[in-house]
Amino acid sequence: MSNVGIVFAIGIGSYLIRLSFIGIVGNRAMPDWALVPLRFVAPAVLAALVAPAVLLHEGVLTVAPATNPRAIAALVAVLIAWKTKNVAVVITAGMVTVWALQAVF
Amino acid sequence: MTHDPSFRRTAFNDGLRAYAPLVIAIIPFGLVFGIVAAGSDVGPWLGGATSVVIFAGAAQLATLQLIDAGAAGAVVIATALVINARHLMYSAALAPGFREFPRTARFVLPYLLTDQAFAISIVRFGQVEEPVYRRWYFTGAGLGLWVTWQISTVTGIVVGAQVPGSWSLDFAIPLMFVILLVPTIKGRPELIAAAVGAGVAVAAANAPYGLGLMIGAVSGVVAGVVALRVMR
Repeated sequence: MSNVGIVFAIGIGSYLIRLSFIGIVGNRAMPDWALVPLRFVAPAVLAALVAPAVLLHEGVLTVAPATNPRAIAALVAVLIAWKTKNVAVVITAGMVTVWALQAVF
Repeated sequence: MTHDPSFRRTAFNDGLRAYAPLVIAIIPFGLVFGIVAAGSDVGPWLGGATSVVIFAGAAQLATLQLIDAGAAGAVVIATALVINARHLMYSAALAPGFREFPRTARFVLPYLLTDQAFAISIVRFGQVEEPVYRRWYFTGAGLGLWVTWQISTVTGIVVGAQVPGSWSLDFAIPLMFVILLVPTIKGRPELIAAAVGAGVAVAAANAPYGLGLMIGAVSGVVAGVVALRVMR
């Protein structure tokens, strides 16, 4: 499948998800069995996106700063994001940590 | 009750004003997305087009990441739609407030539905029942975010084309996800969902077709549901 096809399929699907209850299903309330899992979609998906990207180096699990500075930088970012919601501050802190570790090791 | 244009403008401006403080979070996110898109295999044009076609930051970033990692097309689509599944909740919660909108508005405005537009509107819809006011309030908040997102994405793409690869700017992707992730950890079940999602995604990183993320995400959701049951 071409990348253009992928992007448009996601776009159409995302629109239909947004439209769902407003335009199609109407005013029926969402049943509990659907509502409860949806609550965990964001934390589960986002953690699943972050973890492999920062904990794996060339497919191998490593947190050693010399080979994988991203693990420690991500930890720093998590701690700062916990304290502030400022996007620019978190990005800067994470990037600076990576650059510093790359420079030291 | 008749509504002159100034009534609509007031409602629109109220929505826009409620969104305004969030600009501080949207602009850096859009810039980073644009910079990442410029350096991605998807390229600046299609990468930039995702801001109009998909218009959902986390799903857009995941799409680029998965395509760059060589994931199968169907897996990329399914994963992005799982990420956007939370909009089902928003759509269900807003549906009663949209009921009296004209048909066209009920089909066009959901395109502007985002985490932020939802959060802003659901509060106001609880205070004001007037459908014309609600419609233009939502439009003001939604369109404000849309315009900010497009401008910051394009700016990021232009800037990103000048950034050398040695700056490790691809690391900004997981950093963006960290920023989105942390506020979702509202309690222990969410923490368990995130921890299991992370652990399984790492363990399944070499799964075929780029399915690792999906396997991790589904495991995390199941873990969260189970944790909630057990703790209740």
